[in-house]
Amino acid sequence: MLHPTPTLKETPSQTAGPYVHIGMTPNFCEITGVCDVDLGLNMLANDTAGERITLTGRVIDGAGSPVGDAVIEIWQAQADGTFAGPRTGEQGHGFTGWGRQPTQPDGTYRFETVKPGPVEGPDGRKQAPHVSLWIVARGINIGLQTRLYFADEAEANATDFVLNKIMDPRRRETLIARKEEGGRYVMDIVLQGEGETVFFDI
Amino acid sequence: MSGIILPGADGQLFQRDRAWHPAADTPGYKSTTFRAPRHSLLALGPTRSEMSGPTFGHETFGPLDNDLIRNYSQDGTDAIGQRMVVYGQVLDENARPVPDTLVEYWQANAGGRYRHKKEGYLAALDPNFGGFGRSLTDENGFYSFRTVKPGAYPWPNGGNDWRPAHIHFSVFGHAFAQRLITQMYFEGDPMIWQCPIVATIPDKAAIDQLTARLDRHNTAPMDALTYRFDIVLRGRRSTMFENKLEGN
Repeated sequence: MLHPTPTLKETPSQTAGPYVHIGMTPNFCEITGVCDVDLGLNMLANDTAGERITLTGRVIDGAGSPVGDAVIEIWQAQADGTFAGPRTGEQGHGFTGWGRQPTQPDGTYRFETVKPGPVEGPDGRKQAPHVSLWIVARGINIGLQTRLYFADEAEANATDFVLNKIMDPRRRETLIARKEEGGRYVMDIVLQGEGETVFFDI
Repeated sequence: MSGIILPGADGQLFQRDRAWHPAADTPGYKSTTFRAPRHSLLALGPTRSEMSGPTFGHETFGPLDNDLIRNYSQDGTDAIGQRMVVYGQVLDENARPVPDTLVEYWQANAGGRYRHKKEGYLAALDPNFGGFGRSLTDENGFYSFRTVKPGAYPWPNGGNDWRPAHIHFSVFGHAFAQRLITQMYFEGDPMIWQCPIVATIPDKAAIDQLTARLDRHNTAPMDALTYRFDIVLRGRRSTMFENKLEGN
């Protein structure tokens, strides 16, 4: 037998509720003095290798309204395609790989990071550069998982095995951030309806 | 690769049993109406991107991080309310402890009011209670914190809906795909069974899993009641060793 049968059930998810900012970004919602800084705000150090980029966009619900009460976390490879941290045995050089940001009242989010390198896929071939995202908020019963890809990686995107699982090319576009001036990549996250983001069951 | 794969770097995760979790669209909890995706989720076997996850150092944590009775105190006095210790073990579905993982928790005060500018409940704010704390699990996966029991509160869903007393939990695990947010309820609370958010969970046994047990043996005499709340994250298949094909 290669793996044991599970003996326990995963704890069921519940909504993060309307006040998830208290629990995950306390300083942002003016609960100050408990911890110095909110975790995940800063992903970079001076000597972090790689191209500095900004990831930004809006979270929008099925009525077209901004979702101003969400928290987004990202997890990504470094510029060389490895993941930072002792568990992976790779040196982070000051880069955490992990970021956490609240959405603003207008639904916008913003991460300052580096462009990730390609990561090995299950078949040994490289995946296109991407960032993994996890979104929680009031009204989301279980955190939504998705990815952000880069519009200027068209060649790598064309062969990426995850993007190629999405049959409808219009839906594939929901995961591709457009490039703007100054290293900004912009991708809206649409929870429902027209232009709905592709979310994963991982 | 030589066969040894570092924990957290590999070992496929068990598939998530989504029937055990709430569905995305649960009309009784109205906030899901415009926030539930309509398309099916895209099935994706986890890759290295989802199998790895962030690491948190001990140095990030202060001594009062897990003491909600004191960590927001403005004048050196304790938060008001029924004193309580909450503890438990973070395990995976194989019943293996999950050490060195971040557990964050947040809650309303003893009167049922959150410290948030959008909070609309009339109950008083306690100037010495912030409602936020965090722990790193120890080598056996245990966390603990000290707090006051949160009050029940009304919320704008139906005409007269009330949330049972609860504490929100966010747990990391060692893989990004293990990430979980949930809520802990209290054993014996009759309000659990009228709550539309609790009712998003289809299985009574799953709701029972979110219900902390009063631990009479570990109460602190003349100080605090103790509740135990274990948390189970997704399990992994064992790492396969080349020279030991049956797994480890």
